[in-house]
This record gives sequence, C-alpha cells and structure tokens, in this order.
Amino acid sequence: MDHKAKIRAFIDSNLVAFDDDAEFSDSDNIFQMGYVNSLFAMKLLNYVEKEFGFKVENDEMDIRNFNSVNNIVQLIDRKLAAVK
Amino acid sequence: MDHTKEVKCVVWDLDNTLWNGTLLEADTVTLKPGIKEIIIELDRRGILHSVASKNNYDDALKKLKDFELDQYFLYPEIHWNSKSSAIGNIQKNLNIGFDTILFVDDQPFERDEVATVFPDVETVDANFYADLPYQKRLQPKFSTEDSLRRRMMYLEDMTRTRDEAAYTGPKDEFLASLNMVFTITEAREEDLQRAEELTVRTNQLNATGRTYSYDELMAYTHSADHRLYVCELSDRYGSYGKIGLALVELTTDAWHLKMLLMSCRVLSRSAGSILMTYIMQQARHEGKRLLADFRPTDRNKMMYVTYRFANFRELSNDGDGNIVFENDLTQLQQFPPYITLHYPEMLYRNDR
Repeated sequence: MDHKAKIRAFIDSNLVAFDDDAEFSDSDNIFQMGYVNSLFAMKLLNYVEKEFGFKVENDEMDIRNFNSVNNIVQLIDRKLAAVK
Repeated sequence: MDHTKEVKCVVWDLDNTLWNGTLLEADTVTLKPGIKEIIIELDRRGILHSVASKNNYDDALKKLKDFELDQYFLYPEIHWNSKSSAIGNIQKNLNIGFDTILFVDDQPFERDEVATVFPDVETVDANFYADLPYQKRLQPKFSTEDSLRRRMMYLEDMTRTRDEAAYTGPKDEFLASLNMVFTITEAREEDLQRAEELTVRTNQLNATGRTYSYDELMAYTHSADHRLYVCELSDRYGSYGKIGLALVELTTDAWHLKMLLMSCRVLSRSAGSILMTYIMQQARHEGKRLLADFRPTDRNKMMYVTYRFANFRELSNDGDGNIVFENDLTQLQQFPPYITLHYPEMLYRNDR
C-alpha cells in the first residue's frame, strides 16, 4: 500500500463518521466528516509516527497538516524527505 | 520508590493471603479473620479490588462466590502466568496508573517479581492485611456519590465494553444505540467535593495537572469573573457520574481556560472534545478571544494533542512548562449527532 492508501484505510476504520456510507475524497476535511475526539487524534498521531518512523514535533501538530488525506500524506512526504 | 498517591485498586493474592490454605491442596480454605469486612470497608471508600492468583480460574471464582466476595473483584486475573502480567492486565482494564495500585501477597518471591517489573506498584506482605484500612494511602480524602458508586460504574462499563465488542454494525450506530446524554452545568456547592476529587484523580486528559482545593473551587463559583463547569455523562447502562471539569476566567476581551479535565473512563465517548467545543462556541458567541493554559506532565500528552487538533495554537511558551494556547475560533466542529446535549444557553447550539 502506498502512503495515501494506508492513511485512507486508517481513517476509514478509526474515524466515527457522521454518515457511515459517505464516500470521502483525498481532499475532504476529515474534521467535517466525523467527530475528531481525543482518542482519534492520539491514535492518528501514533499511527503516523509508528508506521512511517518519525516523530511529529509540537509545531507540526497543526490541524492543517492533519485535516485531509492529502495534507497528512504531504506531511509524511516532507518528513521522510528531510530524513534522507 | 515513594508510594504516596491515593490507592485506586488493591490487588489480592488468594492462597494464604485472602484465605488460609491452598485451594489446590485442600478444599477447606477459610477466610482470614476480618478480611471480608476490610474488603467491604475499602469498597465503601471507593477503592476497587482485583485478584492476581495462580489457581484454576473456575475453582477460585467458585470459592469467592461461596464467600460472597466475587462481586467485589473487578477483572480478576486467575491463571498460571506471572503476577506482573496479571497486574499489567488489571492496570490496562481499569485504565489507572501503576502508582495507584497496591498488591498484597504472602510470598516474597511474588512481591519482588511485581516490584521489579512495576516499581510504582506498592507491595504489601499479607501478614499485615489488617493494617490496610489504617494506611494513609487507603484513606481517600473524598467520599462522594461518585466514589460510593465507583465499583458499580466499572461493572456497568464492563457490560458496555462487552456489548460494544459483540456489536458488528457501524460504530456510529452502536454509539447512537447507547442513548448518551451529556450535561454541562455551572458547578454548585454540592459538586465541589467531586470537583476537587477530579483534579486529584485525573491524569491523562488534564490540561495542567494542577490540583484545586475545595475552598479555591468554592471561591471560583462565587466569582463574577469565573465560570466553573461540571459535566455528567449517562447512557442506557447507567451514569458515568460527574466526569469533567472546566474553569474559565472571563476577562474584558477573552475567555481564558485555566483548567480543563476529563475522566479517562469516557475517553471513547468524545466527552473532552464536546466540552471543548461548547466552550469554543460560547467564547465565539460572546465575541471573545479564547485562551487556554497548558502544562505538560508525564501523562497528559493526549490533552496537548486534543488542543492542537481542536485548532489551538501556542501563543506563548516560556520553556518552563507554561504554555498558553489561543484558538482563533474559525474552525468549530459540530457536536456528534449520537449524543444529546444539555447545557446552559441552549439557544446558541450549533450556530455555525
């Protein structure tokens, strides 16, 4: 699975969506699709850090880095590029 | 290791600790004198009990039933694995800190094994069981409605968790089937003991880790410049009790959250985020800025993440553990549809 597919799968199985049958695109705001609570936020952060092997710094923990599949993937790509 | 925090759970060995004799070798074991009364007394104080025993599960549980003690022990660990693994499971199931667990066993080997793996767990020689009710760590400062009902609330929660695991439909459907009611009110005098207890007992979803005394909280309820909110959550299984607290300081141009905390028992129910959303809506409605104090502790990273994912940004950070967040209130989540909310000023609900 590529990064995008992994993130989509994670959100699909962990976010409690307002409408479970709704399809979501990679640019949809996930904070409007479902209720983002503490548990989901923590799980998402832990997932990204473990799966891709980097630490999200406090100043990167911005909602704009996490509010859509595309933005999360961009953060991952940026972080992985910085490591290389 | 200093063991000073109030004990939330006592974990008991059985053979030659709770009773005299070894169940596998003799069928006639007898309870230690007065031990049943001690268990009931600690339960009354809001302290939970569990079991870590190397025995056959069914035999040991039947014996506990015979003694009419089985209902006092939550998540009993009766098997042949190590006592530390048993304690680890109990800690996970109850979701409490290791530093609030006390382990009673007659065998030095077992006590050492647990103490080596979990130095935060205090271990007690079973010979001294009669002293337990007099120990400072087992004399909670508070006796509230919530502490009296604590074991019942955990039992209700075990049923919830079981039903949730067995539910195969979509998660939002399950949540809707719970008929959750979340109530936010301004604290009244009768809430303050529980409010103080919450500031002492809550670690993970606690923005500052600061404890507040009864008198301090009382002063805030009388202050025109402060609002102290308490939250209660209930569902078709029963009430979780008073589970959350927020203290807001009202200044001329801002709402300033001085404290925000939520019991970890309601973590999976979004309670912390709902309270945060409510406060964001109120601040926006009144046309104020929203600020929030945060102090990192070794346990509250989840609270930091919760603030950040609710679009709070660090306005200042003195590098000494004092962070002030600001929220520009441009992105407010709607409340989850599967929870009924009751709060002051209902008019302003979902005004986005």
